[in-house]
Amino acid sequence: METSTKLGAYLLRLGDNTLVLGQRLAEWCGHGPVLEQDIALTNISLDLFGQTRSLLQYAGELEGKGRSEDDLAFLRDVREFRNCLLVEQPNGDFAGTIARQFLFDSFHYLLLEFLCDSTDKHLASIAKKSLKEVTYHLRFSSEWMIRLGDGTEVSHHKIQAALEDLWDYTGELYTPDELDSEMAFLGVAPDLNKLREPYLRKVEAILDTATLRKPASAFLQMGGKTGRHSEHLGHLLAEMQFLQRAYPGLTW
Amino acid sequence: MEKLHDLQQAFQAKIDADEKIEPKDWMPDAYRKTLIRQISQHAHSEIVGMLPEGNWISRAPSLRRKVALLAKVQDEAGHGLYLYSAAETLGIDRETLIDDLHTGKAKYSSIFNYPTLSWADIGAIGWLVDGAAIMNQVMLTRTSYGPYARAMVRICKEESFHQRQGYEILLTLCRGSEAQKEMAQDALNRWWWPSLMMFGPSDKESQHTEQSMLWKIKRKTNDELRQQFVDATVPQAEFLGLSIPDPDLKWNEETGHYEFGEINWDEFWQVVKGNGPCNRERIKARIKAHEEGAWVREAAMAYAKKRKERATAAQKVA
Amino acid sequence: MKKNWPLWEVFIRSKNGLSHKHVGSLHAADAEMAIENARDVYTRRSEGISIWVVESGNITASSPNQTDALFDPANDKVYRHPTFYDLPDEVKHI
Repeated sequence: METSTKLGAYLLRLGDNTLVLGQRLAEWCGHGPVLEQDIALTNISLDLFGQTRSLLQYAGELEGKGRSEDDLAFLRDVREFRNCLLVEQPNGDFAGTIARQFLFDSFHYLLLEFLCDSTDKHLASIAKKSLKEVTYHLRFSSEWMIRLGDGTEVSHHKIQAALEDLWDYTGELYTPDELDSEMAFLGVAPDLNKLREPYLRKVEAILDTATLRKPASAFLQMGGKTGRHSEHLGHLLAEMQFLQRAYPGLTW
Repeated sequence: MEKLHDLQQAFQAKIDADEKIEPKDWMPDAYRKTLIRQISQHAHSEIVGMLPEGNWISRAPSLRRKVALLAKVQDEAGHGLYLYSAAETLGIDRETLIDDLHTGKAKYSSIFNYPTLSWADIGAIGWLVDGAAIMNQVMLTRTSYGPYARAMVRICKEESFHQRQGYEILLTLCRGSEAQKEMAQDALNRWWWPSLMMFGPSDKESQHTEQSMLWKIKRKTNDELRQQFVDATVPQAEFLGLSIPDPDLKWNEETGHYEFGEINWDEFWQVVKGNGPCNRERIKARIKAHEEGAWVREAAMAYAKKRKERATAAQKVA
Repeated sequence: MKKNWPLWEVFIRSKNGLSHKHVGSLHAADAEMAIENARDVYTRRSEGISIWVVESGNITASSPNQTDALFDPANDKVYRHPTFYDLPDEVKHI
């Protein structure tokens, strides 16, 4: 594979993460726990879709087959999606959504910090814009982790349970595979091995403040990056891609 | 007694002079009640209105359409919030208003009790429902109550993209395949009459119009606004190549207005009374969100309280 | 314990050089959340670069009943305005 093709494949990982998480967050629109938070979650979702569009457009360019952002978003099937397992997990209750967001934001932030200095200039410029947004996302999700963890007994219990459910999906974030390593070698992306420590430190610091326990999980689920997903993704795509699949080849 | 009469006269004089009434000014109880009813009804409409459109966010056919729709529905949350804020200046809290919505004591625009069945419905809502709403809202930027008028100015500024968003969706469908055109026509067929009903009962039947005009809460009657809407919308439908589902619709050269058929008022009152196709679902969805959010709201308050106490304790030590 | 989030008034500076202006209100559990909510609710279209929030209950307002007593006395103090003073047109920059 040529380098540009590989970079395209790597960009799909980034773009699919933000696409799938954006889609999940959008499910809250109109159903939030209070009007102000409804608006806040939608803002994050909109940021993520914005990032998705930049990333998928660029991925399509590099691929060189003339696929647009929409072709990539709406016409690939489950096995071709490259997002991590964490972001495709269902919303659950507000605690589930916040825990998922926090675990992802903490990683996303560190990743983007590095990508701002990527040897790929176009990716670096996308990362710079995204980092500003994700700095806010991380602040938002961290504060809610603390509020729920150190709030009432009920909220503490719910957010701890959500953490336990999602923890298994965090390992994939900082465990490199061949493509990650190659991107790191080229200076396009960070060495994920080196993100592991700062990630766990960042997460643990907030969990401490939030009076939450870090789950003691022995096993970490992998597979999203290479297209081996949980069952949830297929349903998300079936819904998201419905019109493009039911009426192929049209302009909307 | 004398004093009350003076206050009332001074109040009406202010209104007549086109001065705004502000929250702490004296106002007749009935004026306050009318405003609370109308502003909260308006706020509820924004919030319930998020549901039929929200129904298509996950299925929007392109990323561009998806972000536009998501931003639009989010704006509606914002508009609901501005309006609840305006109502709160009248001495009632949001929680009470929301309870009134959930118990059915307060109403909201009956249009949102119709289902969104196809993507074209999202276009039709933007074009017709937002188009109708804008007529009303532009008028309300000049309403006599200051906070309501200011909220409306903000809302109108933000709404300007909503109707265009809807019309663009339909334009794309009408220039597309046969199936897409049919989708668009079907949406117009289903949303046309409910959109005309949005302006409320005809002036002869409207129990609130006269007093509201006198207080300059409303500045145009339901029928005036409805006519204005029909006049503006018919040519837009023609441009799309769609036909309005009204055999009685015709241009009147003399009056310079379109004449249109009789609205099915039975249907209107049925939906207002709660018997529309989606009334129950809409309220259920709102109640569910509110109830499932209760522990979240409580947790945030509990944490805020703890933190305040810790800060106070730390200060004492220092 | 009070379950509902208190009401906050929001003031926004749209750009440097202008003062903060009241834009509306919202609910939040604490001050940080109020700032963030204000950011999400009132600056979605780049309306501001600085936000103040204050819990509505902490605002003391003058009463409209006292309007006359508070503000009428200023009406006849025309000597506080520059136009009160007659100067010939030839005098510039004053």
